Amino acid sequence: MWIYEKKLQYPVRVGKCDVRMARYLMEQYGGADGELAAALRYMNQRYAIPDKVIGVLTDISTEEFAHLEMIATMIYKLTKDASVQELEAAGLGPNYAQRDHALFYQNSAGVPWTASYIQAKGDPIADLYEDIAAEEKARATYQWLIDMTDDVDLQDGLKFLREREIIHAIRFKESVQILIDEKDKKRIF
Amino acid sequence: MNSQERVWTPYRGPFDPCPPVPFKTYVVPPNQFITFQPPNLPQFSLPEALKHGTLWPSLYSPYESKFKGVR
Repeated sequence: MWIYEKKLQYPVRVGKCDVRMARYLMEQYGGADGELAAALRYMNQRYAIPDKVIGVLTDISTEEFAHLEMIATMIYKLTKDASVQELEAAGLGPNYAQRDHALFYQNSAGVPWTASYIQAKGDPIADLYEDIAAEEKARATYQWLIDMTDDVDLQDGLKFLREREIIHAIRFKESVQILIDEKDKKRIF
Repeated sequence: MNSQERVWTPYRGPFDPCPPVPFKTYVVPPNQFITFQPPNLPQFSLPEALKHGTLWPSLYSPYESKFKGVR
């Protein structure tokens, strides 16, 4: 059960009409290391992981959906008023041909999202290390996106999202430590 | 350049077709030095925490565009 708050986790401002960035932001919307992949990965892994770290996966998955909403807002703001010519110039002509101005879960190259981007191995350590790697890859993607724009407002939102990935990686590393320590306790008793 | 940034120089061949980049950088964020966050770390004020994306200054990782607005 979730409670929806009708506001963004962090304010999204876009200061420059740069349709090109909408296409690149799709890497974090429907890409392999994007927010949708992250949210669905954690939301599914939590069913087969020791009780002590289920909450971490639930919380981070929920926050990833909030990030997905922020990315969608950025893409929407950049494309909603764009003409067909502007979309084509930004490489979004194929997107318009398929769905007008609608958003879709695809990466910056137009490849639709697929469940094969994510894994569930059922081994808590293996799954948590996959999650740590996913966070670092998302952090790197945010860096490349920040590199690609000179819009300080857009950069501000992306910097927030990048920092959150760093925090999530710490929380997953702590989860690994919690599972390691549990093993030691049993040996003592 | 901040203390989380690392610099390396790619190999330059004698017959490289393009002008060489002087150096490359990558970021080592603070999460690489923390396996378990200790309690009672100093905290940002709440508005500052929202701005930085974390409550704790020691977990904050700054990042600026490598191209400083020049594409």
